[in-house]
Amino acid sequence: MSTEIENEGPATVVEDEAPSLLGKGGHGGVGDAVRSYFQRVRGGDMGPLPAVGGLVVLVVIFAIANPLFLTERNIANLFTQAAPLVTLGMALVFVLLLGEIDLSAGVTFGVAMGVFVKLTQPGGMAWPLALLLALGIGVAVGGFIGFFVARIGVPSFVVSLGLFLGLQGVMLVIIGAGGTYRLSPSQIRAIQNQNLPPWAGWTMLGVVLGVLFAVALLDRRRRAASGAPNPPASIMYAKLGVIAVLGAFVVFYLNQDRGTAARSLQGVPIVVPLVLLILMVGTYVLDRTRFGRYIYAIGGNTEAARRAGVNVTLVKWSAFVVCSVLAVVAGIFTVSKVGSADAAMGREIVLSGVAAAVVGGVSLFGGRGRLVHAVIGATVIAVITNGMGLLKFSAGANLAVTGGVLVLAATVDALARKRSGATGV
Amino acid sequence: MSAIIELRSITKSFGPVDVLKGVDFTAHEGRVTALVGDNGAGKSTLIKGLAGVQPYDGGEVLFEGNPVTLHHPRDAARLGIEVVYQDLALCDNLDIVQNMFLGREELAGGTFDEGRMEAEAARALQTLSVKTVKSLRQKVASLSGGQRQTVAIARSVVKKAKVVILDEPTAALGVAQTAQVLDLVRRLADSGVAVIIISHNLQDVFAVADDISVLYLGTMTARLEASQTSRDDVVGYITGTKRMTGVDA
Repeated sequence: MSTEIENEGPATVVEDEAPSLLGKGGHGGVGDAVRSYFQRVRGGDMGPLPAVGGLVVLVVIFAIANPLFLTERNIANLFTQAAPLVTLGMALVFVLLLGEIDLSAGVTFGVAMGVFVKLTQPGGMAWPLALLLALGIGVAVGGFIGFFVARIGVPSFVVSLGLFLGLQGVMLVIIGAGGTYRLSPSQIRAIQNQNLPPWAGWTMLGVVLGVLFAVALLDRRRRAASGAPNPPASIMYAKLGVIAVLGAFVVFYLNQDRGTAARSLQGVPIVVPLVLLILMVGTYVLDRTRFGRYIYAIGGNTEAARRAGVNVTLVKWSAFVVCSVLAVVAGIFTVSKVGSADAAMGREIVLSGVAAAVVGGVSLFGGRGRLVHAVIGATVIAVITNGMGLLKFSAGANLAVTGGVLVLAATVDALARKRSGATGV
Repeated sequence: MSAIIELRSITKSFGPVDVLKGVDFTAHEGRVTALVGDNGAGKSTLIKGLAGVQPYDGGEVLFEGNPVTLHHPRDAARLGIEVVYQDLALCDNLDIVQNMFLGREELAGGTFDEGRMEAEAARALQTLSVKTVKSLRQKVASLSGGQRQTVAIARSVVKKAKVVILDEPTAALGVAQTAQVLDLVRRLADSGVAVIIISHNLQDVFAVADDISVLYLGTMTARLEASQTSRDDVVGYITGTKRMTGVDA
């Protein structure tokens, strides 16, 4: 296992096999890898770069404008505020990649959480059972949209718009106009309000890094075994190193005591490892399984996918189910944070979820984008909301800035593409 | 020489219109068979039947000497019949390897074995002596028309196809790229594949084909060896001003 990792030069295994083809961007020195990356970026393949840049700028501005922004307490708050939007953004990526949309994702979680919160009132149903039921509502709604989109051929915009309206009606029936139900199960409240003990935070980081490292090693070993070239190992270490440093910084920060003199409060909020789990499993599915690959293929060229033998109907259908179920998870994070469910729950957040994905670099036309893009985009929006709130701007100003950032991000992306023609979507 | 694929008295009608009126056709391993004919002669219908997209009404299909049925694209794929369509069925947002393996990805332990796919794709392009592609991990969106056609053809090599049907492979290409693709078609046949090429461009047909079959209004009016015939003759058969005597049809 260690032999290929030390092999930082060109992968000699393949040199005599196919020198002209298995070349650029695949192996060679660090310089080559870095050059090919910049080539892609110059070619318009910016990915989440504008969003990351914007995030850094926003953090710097808010940190200067208000010293409260970078306090331990606010950082922890930022994570829990962002979690629902991050999760909803990831949910939407599954359908956006198909070139479809789900406008009802927000109200879907609203209905599921309305049912969940109502059923788990004191003396009611056991919460794990109610949770399964809520996720089942996600499956049902996703299956419903998927049926009309994939089998009948109704545009997803229309089907999900219909559901967006219809499910609001269902919410009113379940919860009643103006009604609010308090979230009762302490386990669900804990997700957004309790923290991991400091040692568990470090363990979480260790597990994440360990998994990423093991997967990278396995990949390299497989590639070497089939005679395909590996990118330089130093690139892999550099990437892992960046994640390790950022992760360690965050965990260390969150492990500081941010409580009051009377009550100690420290550790990584429980929601963080849950979001990371969704991100990692979802990325695995999209990058390394047929289902994921076919989602990209359908988003790129549905007819090509069909001719290649892909069951387009089934893949689309399933993607809508995945989206709705993950939306329900976003709903769980929302009720956990808010502590209650009302009839308007989830009505507004869905467009922010789409905005999060687009700001992060996911294409609305399908075929381009990754889960981590939605995470970054959602973080940008959460930072704007949080930072402007601290600066005592009105909600109106906040929305206006978020909208401006969305248009800006899409413009940067469009200009980059236009200038370059196509280096590769 | 025995044919890998042999069609006997194939018929196909759409309502009252008889598109194929008892067509005989053969293709051989290692040879390029051009299927020519004017618009409406029935070329596409003949090919769609072979691809299993639009089953024939009557007649017999022999594959390697055995009668087979082609009622579904799956039937064709199972026999090793691949069609490279004119509007290249490639996904722009996927790279070359991903496109070549779309629908038949290599898995190991439940996940993609990217290394193996990349190496096999490289080998496939190598058997076709393709040198025009810079990196296998290039997105297809960044490729030229000729390169795309190359990838589409190489897809059939990865699938180890026995019969490859090319529908107007040079229709949208410039002069240099056309030459490249025709070269590729030749090498594909030389690797032992039976190639059927549909083309309107007789210059291309004579450049690459071993055999020429001419369809005229739903009947096979001529089956010729390219080396034994001339352009004028073929034009005559296509337009119906010339009829072959002694064609076994």
